[in-house]
Amino acid sequence: MTTAAQPFLSVDGLSVTFPTEDGRVQAVDGVSFSVERGKTLAIVGESGSGKSVTAQAIMGLLDRRLSVVTGHAWLAGRDIVAMSDDEVRHERGSSMAMIFQDPMSSLHPFYRIGAQLSEAVLVHQKVSKHAAREQALDMLNRVGIPDPKTRIDNYPHQLSGGMRQRVMIAMALINSPSLLIADEPTTALDVTVQAQILELIGTLQQEYDTAVVMITHDLGIVADIADNVAVMYGGRIVESGSVDEIFYHPQMPYTLGLLASVPRLDQVRAERLDPIPGNPPSPISLPPGCVFQPRCAYFDRVAGHACQTVRPELLDIGRGHRVRCHLDSGQRDQVASDVLAALAGGGV
Amino acid sequence: MSAYVVRRVLSMILLLALLSLVVFILFSLLPADPARLTCGKSCTPEIIEANRHRLGLDIPVFAQYWEFLKGLFFGRTYAANSPDPVQCSAPCLGYSFKRGEEVFVLIKERLPATIWLAFGAFVLWLVAGISLGIYAALRRGRWQDRTVMGVALVGYSLPSFFIGLVAIFFIIIRFQLLPFPSYVSPFENPLQFLQTMILPWIILATLYAAFYMRLTRNQMLEVLGDDYIRTARAKGLPERVVIRKHALRAGLTPIVTAAGLDLAGLLGGAIILESIFSLPGIGSLAVNSVNDADLPVIVGITLVAATFIIVANLIVDLLYAVIDPRVRLS
Repeated sequence: MTTAAQPFLSVDGLSVTFPTEDGRVQAVDGVSFSVERGKTLAIVGESGSGKSVTAQAIMGLLDRRLSVVTGHAWLAGRDIVAMSDDEVRHERGSSMAMIFQDPMSSLHPFYRIGAQLSEAVLVHQKVSKHAAREQALDMLNRVGIPDPKTRIDNYPHQLSGGMRQRVMIAMALINSPSLLIADEPTTALDVTVQAQILELIGTLQQEYDTAVVMITHDLGIVADIADNVAVMYGGRIVESGSVDEIFYHPQMPYTLGLLASVPRLDQVRAERLDPIPGNPPSPISLPPGCVFQPRCAYFDRVAGHACQTVRPELLDIGRGHRVRCHLDSGQRDQVASDVLAALAGGGV
Repeated sequence: MSAYVVRRVLSMILLLALLSLVVFILFSLLPADPARLTCGKSCTPEIIEANRHRLGLDIPVFAQYWEFLKGLFFGRTYAANSPDPVQCSAPCLGYSFKRGEEVFVLIKERLPATIWLAFGAFVLWLVAGISLGIYAALRRGRWQDRTVMGVALVGYSLPSFFIGLVAIFFIIIRFQLLPFPSYVSPFENPLQFLQTMILPWIILATLYAAFYMRLTRNQMLEVLGDDYIRTARAKGLPERVVIRKHALRAGLTPIVTAAGLDLAGLLGGAIILESIFSLPGIGSLAVNSVNDADLPVIVGITLVAATFIIVANLIVDLLYAVIDPRVRLS
């Protein structure tokens, strides 16, 4: 029986808190999403929105002494949150893998890349060192490293940024994981290299039928590669749905703000760029109502002071589209069409 | 790499030559007059003058230095045209008329005790310092960390003469757990050797381990936050592999530097401990020579100790390249 229809990763009410001297920091609050094999979910948000912490919680990379993770993260039907440290460790690098933002600092500077790749093989497979090296060589070939027979004995500092990220991808995929979490994998790279890396991830995703969680703040990347999108703000998902829904029928003022702040070639003047005013909230002192309210231009359209006092629920509005907003559907459509019209028509 | 080593060795020799010159000039400026010191009670200006000639001190400082350098490579003869010339064979670091012995021979005789003391303590403090430092880092902020660091602070602040005397009093005199220290070669009487060395080893190691615990702990804490450690964990490596293979290796460089220089420093003599435990090493030789104003021996020891430091520096630099492939030796 095929499990293709079953999501490989299903996150349900995942929360992460860090007890600190300044109080309890709620970094992630009740996040739910799922990803099927072969599909890509993009998690979008600003720095501090909780997207990286979510990823690290799924990978079991958060120190349990310094953080409290609750909720569930089902990996092929098994809850990672409930697993022991050792059980999660066995899943890391074998059934789920992760690549990071900065490939320079993410590879150990003192070991040859061949050794770092083989190590990933040897920890999960009972094979000889020689066989592990063969796998490493094969993987370097697959990720498009030229002359892998020479490069395998290079140290990370002898490779370019793009090559290092290819090595990181090779290392992540060397045990054919079913889930790949990519935490801003192209942010630290040249623009020309970014596209190559994304294409490589896409190609290998097809080849291995991998579920991909792409964490990014770049909506251009989202439009390119994602099947589904979850927009995070202040540790919560504020809007989620298929990539078409999010790009063509955005509902939440924050998502609209993100879309409006993307520079576009078809707009003549740079001043048309419309950044969201203010700063993301500090997770130590979140606003009591809607976490986006202090930066929202439309909260006064809601009757009473609901936006300042009541946390909105994540509302299912059909077609798999969920929105966390106090505006009613008519108001949301109104706001969305205003913003989109302004974007398309140059602000008429 | 080999060209680098050759160049480093050459510059090392140059540095040693320069150093020996400075030491030579410094000691010639001292108010103590070796000719007067070797003169005895019924001293006359004539005898002093004769002694000065005998010691080779009746020529200008630079000429003396030249004689010293020549002696280092070819040996030299003091008072060559007198009835009882003194032969000092190469490498001649000078001649102690006080002890009637070549300085090189004196140092060579004393070196084994010092080397045993230094290396024994070195192994102890590295093992204890690094492992406890890692342990404290992994339990940062908890009682284990505070205990280890507290003990380290105490060990660090106690002077060695104090711990040494307390240890001798309680362990040797009061409870008679060990016999009185009396150094023998380990090849002659291993048991007595160990009984003699165990206390100075532990005391010396305690002093140094305290520093290495702090150093290792801080290095580990810094490195454990690095991105490649997260990558190592993301690969699914067991935590002990992450710590030993990835974190410790990355944090090793400053530890190697400190270890190399500390060991070299000790090879120049652990003055206080050698004296307390009457170990016949370079340190106690230095103390005796200072008491006797035996200048040639002091000059010799100074040069030998400096040589250890300079050689250790070279070795540490070469080790950098072994540890960190980004270091290019050129």
